[in-house]
Amino acid sequence: MDTRAIATEPKVPRGRGDGTLAVGQVLQQRYQVLGVLGMGGMSAVYQARDLRFPSVTKLCAIKEMINLAPDPQLRAIAVQNFEREANILATLSHPSIPKVYDYFSERDRAYLVIEYIDGQDLEAYLADSQGLLPQELVLDWGIRLCQVLAYLHSHNPPIIFRDMKPSNVMLDKHEEIRLVDFGIAKLFQTGQKGTMIGTEGYSPPEQYRGATDPRGDVYALGATLHHLLTKQDPRVEPPFSFHERPVKAAHPAVSDQFVEIIGRALEYEPEKRWTSILEMQSALETVRGVPGGVAKPGTVRMSSSEIEPLWVFTCEDEVRSNPAVAEGVVFAGAYDNNLYAVDAQTGQFKWKYATEGGLASSPCVWQDRVFIGSEDNSLYCINAQTGRIVWTCPTQGCVRSSPRVEYNHVFFGSDDHHLYAANVQTGRVAWKSDTEGPVRSRPAIGDESVYFGCEDGAIYALDIRGVLRWRFTTKRAVTSSPTLDEGILYVGSGDHTIYALDVRSGWAVWRLRTGKPVISSPAVAKGTVFVGSVDHGVYALDARTGRQVWKFSTDNQVTSSPAFFEDAVYFGSVDGNVYSLDGRTGTLRWRFRTGGPVTSSPIIADGIVYIGSTDHRVYALVA
Amino acid sequence: MPVNNSLATTQPMASLPVARRTPTGLRVGRVSDVGHVRDHNEDVLLTLETSQLGQQAPEPLGFFALADGMGGHEAGELASALAVRVVTHHLVNAIFKSYLFNEPRDASQPPLSEVLVNAVMAANMAVHDQVNGGGTTLTCALILGGRAYLAHVGDSRAYLWAGNRLRQITKDHSLVDRLVELGQISSGDALSHPQRNVLYRAVGQGEALEVDTYVEPLPSHYRLLLCCDGLWGMVGDEQLEKVLRSAATPQEACDQLVELANAAGGQDNITAVVVEP
Repeated sequence: MDTRAIATEPKVPRGRGDGTLAVGQVLQQRYQVLGVLGMGGMSAVYQARDLRFPSVTKLCAIKEMINLAPDPQLRAIAVQNFEREANILATLSHPSIPKVYDYFSERDRAYLVIEYIDGQDLEAYLADSQGLLPQELVLDWGIRLCQVLAYLHSHNPPIIFRDMKPSNVMLDKHEEIRLVDFGIAKLFQTGQKGTMIGTEGYSPPEQYRGATDPRGDVYALGATLHHLLTKQDPRVEPPFSFHERPVKAAHPAVSDQFVEIIGRALEYEPEKRWTSILEMQSALETVRGVPGGVAKPGTVRMSSSEIEPLWVFTCEDEVRSNPAVAEGVVFAGAYDNNLYAVDAQTGQFKWKYATEGGLASSPCVWQDRVFIGSEDNSLYCINAQTGRIVWTCPTQGCVRSSPRVEYNHVFFGSDDHHLYAANVQTGRVAWKSDTEGPVRSRPAIGDESVYFGCEDGAIYALDIRGVLRWRFTTKRAVTSSPTLDEGILYVGSGDHTIYALDVRSGWAVWRLRTGKPVISSPAVAKGTVFVGSVDHGVYALDARTGRQVWKFSTDNQVTSSPAFFEDAVYFGSVDGNVYSLDGRTGTLRWRFRTGGPVTSSPIIADGIVYIGSTDHRVYALVA
Repeated sequence: MPVNNSLATTQPMASLPVARRTPTGLRVGRVSDVGHVRDHNEDVLLTLETSQLGQQAPEPLGFFALADGMGGHEAGELASALAVRVVTHHLVNAIFKSYLFNEPRDASQPPLSEVLVNAVMAANMAVHDQVNGGGTTLTCALILGGRAYLAHVGDSRAYLWAGNRLRQITKDHSLVDRLVELGQISSGDALSHPQRNVLYRAVGQGEALEVDTYVEPLPSHYRLLLCCDGLWGMVGDEQLEKVLRSAATPQEACDQLVELANAAGGQDNITAVVVEP
């Protein structure tokens, strides 16, 4: 096939060995070749000595270009063009442009004799440098490159450099910038097949349509500065992908202002770029003296006083679990042993039911019944209207797992190392399945299977009759409750990681490691997974790939499970706040301060957020 | 899932549906043809499938790797052949034993997408170290459980035909593809652009390589196509869709596709694999 890849490093072309000038060879009876300085696709640069100065060693550089035009007429035109360009270059006079001494043609080759510069090009300089280059240095180069490009553009018609890139900028012995290679080589490349121009990474998009104007040099300079600051070689990145690779992500110390200037130079449409290199230069000059790393003030945060709860309901102890809402009634379990029912609109008390232990489990409503586990070892089924008991299902350990109803059965875990399936009408146990640790996670049910985490570190997949289908072992307890979406099970683990597992095979699709254990249960909406971590953060991850979309940091652990409603995400933090963030960007919409750590997770119904706090209260907030 | 209310009160067990899982194998068609213009074939296709019948049968597993080599002096063939071998070897080492014995999945094993990326990186190093002046595209797909996991570098392509629709899964790592994406040239211009064969990413070009991965949920009926540019450059999406929709078997689909590509000129080697459940 004739597909070719861009060689990232210049390679000596095959079969060219005999074409290379030998050391000692003399051209035009005047220039003695001393060595090869560089090798491009169809050109080479040699170091040579000018023999007209026999008593001193006068060095020069000779650029050799092979004329590959297929027929004699085209070859002649190429030579004419070359001579015209060489003449223009010979008239240039700028400290940053090496002098052109001479040019000539021999057989199928054209030669340009220029000032030899003793130094290193910026590509090599960058490769040799440790760590990132300081902003001040790159800024200074940028300004000086603007000066020389502006000089070229000031000609009539403007001279377009067309090949701005780090390897075409030399840093000489005096740390001065010199532009070393003009687009002249391109004159010989028309109609060639099988040759790569190694500059693809820096050229503006319009150049591929054949358009050239000074704004093309603006783009290429932006690309060069981006490369110098980020150390990301654009030739090995997707073409024109600078905006997808922000400078700050690679080099956080660069100032916003500098980043914006580069961003504008790199606009796809020439009309949106700096209108001239001079305009870009003056913008760069204003950055000078502004210390790097000074970020603009962050998102404006609303004070909690602006958020007024619709109502507040006070229990006798902490509310650590999530409320449930159904038919205009909010149900909440508290550590005072009571399950409370309050009016969703007004927060008015309706009834309470006292179990024999604290309620860490979250209630689950099904038809006219509420199910909740208690630390008194039982699961309770309570009439939602009256608050009277229907049945209890005793186990051998605390029931901290939150129940879920499906297939007319209630599924829940117990600290007695079992997962239970009990008949929803009678409470009779249909089956229980053995694990190696307390089951505190809330089961997820779908596709005729039950999925849950266990303190033994595993995530279990049972078929609907309780027979093990597969097990996925993590390195720490799994308290997080799995969430099922489109054949993927999302779950956090005490081993700091969020896992996405294929429900059919149990293999991991992706995983993402956070800084601390993940107790929070994931929420999935619009192709995004939202989950909190004990590392204080809330993460938004692409559901398919696990790539982080954004992360928001609170001031303490996030064990609360996020809820998604109308493009916003809601959760509590141990820092005492309830947060609302923009789902796409992770920017703060509002936060509301409670009187204690918030481990409870929000439940949203009819545009109202219901959430408990360890300050003993249940809050109703407008989403 | 419909909730069955009728039997719940009296017979709790009966209300739970019976779990039914009867995995079957994958059906695979494959072809590699030199075309009408070239004198040798630089494409390589490797397929690996398991099928096991019986009560305890695991989900079927399929692995498909397609590489289109580039570079003169046989370097292209060497690169593509080496790449598919190394990528398959790495994959088999990483997952095959756990798969066969249905061992508990373990968090110390990387997710399947990462396994594939590691496999492609191993192929990249092998080509870089062992094939001078050669490179290759590499598109591979692992089918396991409810989804297909893909890893991809270059301009070979993966398509998924499902729900009567054909969708290109992979993105070409080619300069013209980017230009079309940015609206600088039309997709019509792309086919005749002087730099249409320029890739910005290929296996074996350096130690660093960014590998694209895709995870595609698979419906109960689908056809997955992997092919090189010798097919998609000659046969338009509409024709691809038509063949994938109408061919009786995956092998027939492959045979028809090669016929179409050759009828359109067969400018390059033509290689394709079609998989269905």
